[in-house]
Amino acid sequence: MTEIWWGVLAVAVGCYALKLLGLSVPERVLEHPLTVRAAAFIPVGLLAALVAVQGFSTGSEVVVDARVVGLGVAAVLLWRKVPFLPMLIAAAAATALVRLVAG
Amino acid sequence: MSDETSDRQVVADSLGVGIGVGLYGVSFGALATTSGLSVLQACALSLLAFTGASQFAFLGVVAAGGAPLTGALTAVLLGVRNTFYGITLAPILRVKGLRRLGTAHVVIDESTAMSVVRDDPRQARLGFYWTGLSIFAVWNLMTLVGAVAGERIGDPRAIGLDAAVAAAFLGLLWPRLDSTAARLLALLAAAVALGLVPFTPPGAPIIIGGVVAVLVGLTFVPTTARGADD
Repeated sequence: MTEIWWGVLAVAVGCYALKLLGLSVPERVLEHPLTVRAAAFIPVGLLAALVAVQGFSTGSEVVVDARVVGLGVAAVLLWRKVPFLPMLIAAAAATALVRLVAG
Repeated sequence: MSDETSDRQVVADSLGVGIGVGLYGVSFGALATTSGLSVLQACALSLLAFTGASQFAFLGVVAAGGAPLTGALTAVLLGVRNTFYGITLAPILRVKGLRRLGTAHVVIDESTAMSVVRDDPRQARLGFYWTGLSIFAVWNLMTLVGAVAGERIGDPRAIGLDAAVAAAFLGLLWPRLDSTAARLLALLAAAVALGLVPFTPPGAPIIIGGVVAVLVGLTFVPTTARGADD
């Protein structure tokens, strides 16, 4: 149990320090053209990777399951400019429905 | 997310994401106690570390019988992306002193994403704080609920919550796919991340996929062809 506490503490300190580090980078680094360009690409790269991993993997396996239907519904609704929250609910409902029907 | 987006719309969207994502804390709490953590340890992680993917990564290693410090290393590696988020957010939020110390704690995937999609700096800040603070509140409350209820809680996948999380990331990515270069980079990041899933520890595919896309973008995309400039 004590050992787990050390792990919890290490996660807390490490993760917070990394967050603070990002916010504390000096202005002249932020204004560097390379930083500006990288900052524009970072959300695209990370969000796309998050969609892929969250939507198409379980543990260490790449899987295509009911989530693909939810993502498909989400993509169509986003294309039709449906607001964020209804889009999320529809994606969850579509996935839940497929799981219910497929048993 | 057009120019006419009102402040109220920004707050409503942020709360929607906050509550939706925060609810997922119940699965973290439940998984934590079934992985051998106490209720207090589960709540401490959500309160102090507050970065969902890293918290799950820690559980993954501990539940698989790994040493807690190995789990911590994996979790912290996964947290590296928050440094990049901070760099992206710093010129938008412009926080100093004590305010910066507090703000840093809510720098996470969703608060960053709900902020960077706004063209108006004030709405970018609104999106950041409303998303970050609402997730913090709901995530911690639901961690406690999940940890206390433990195995008795239903599977969040039954109501499609896992797909909702993926859809949330897609919704945040969508407005940024406004150029061919951005679409190709997103496909590249997704492909690299999925390709790495079987071979790397949890979390690594996200970091590496993202980093590869950024490096390729910096190398091959002309300066003029990016984001809202198109």
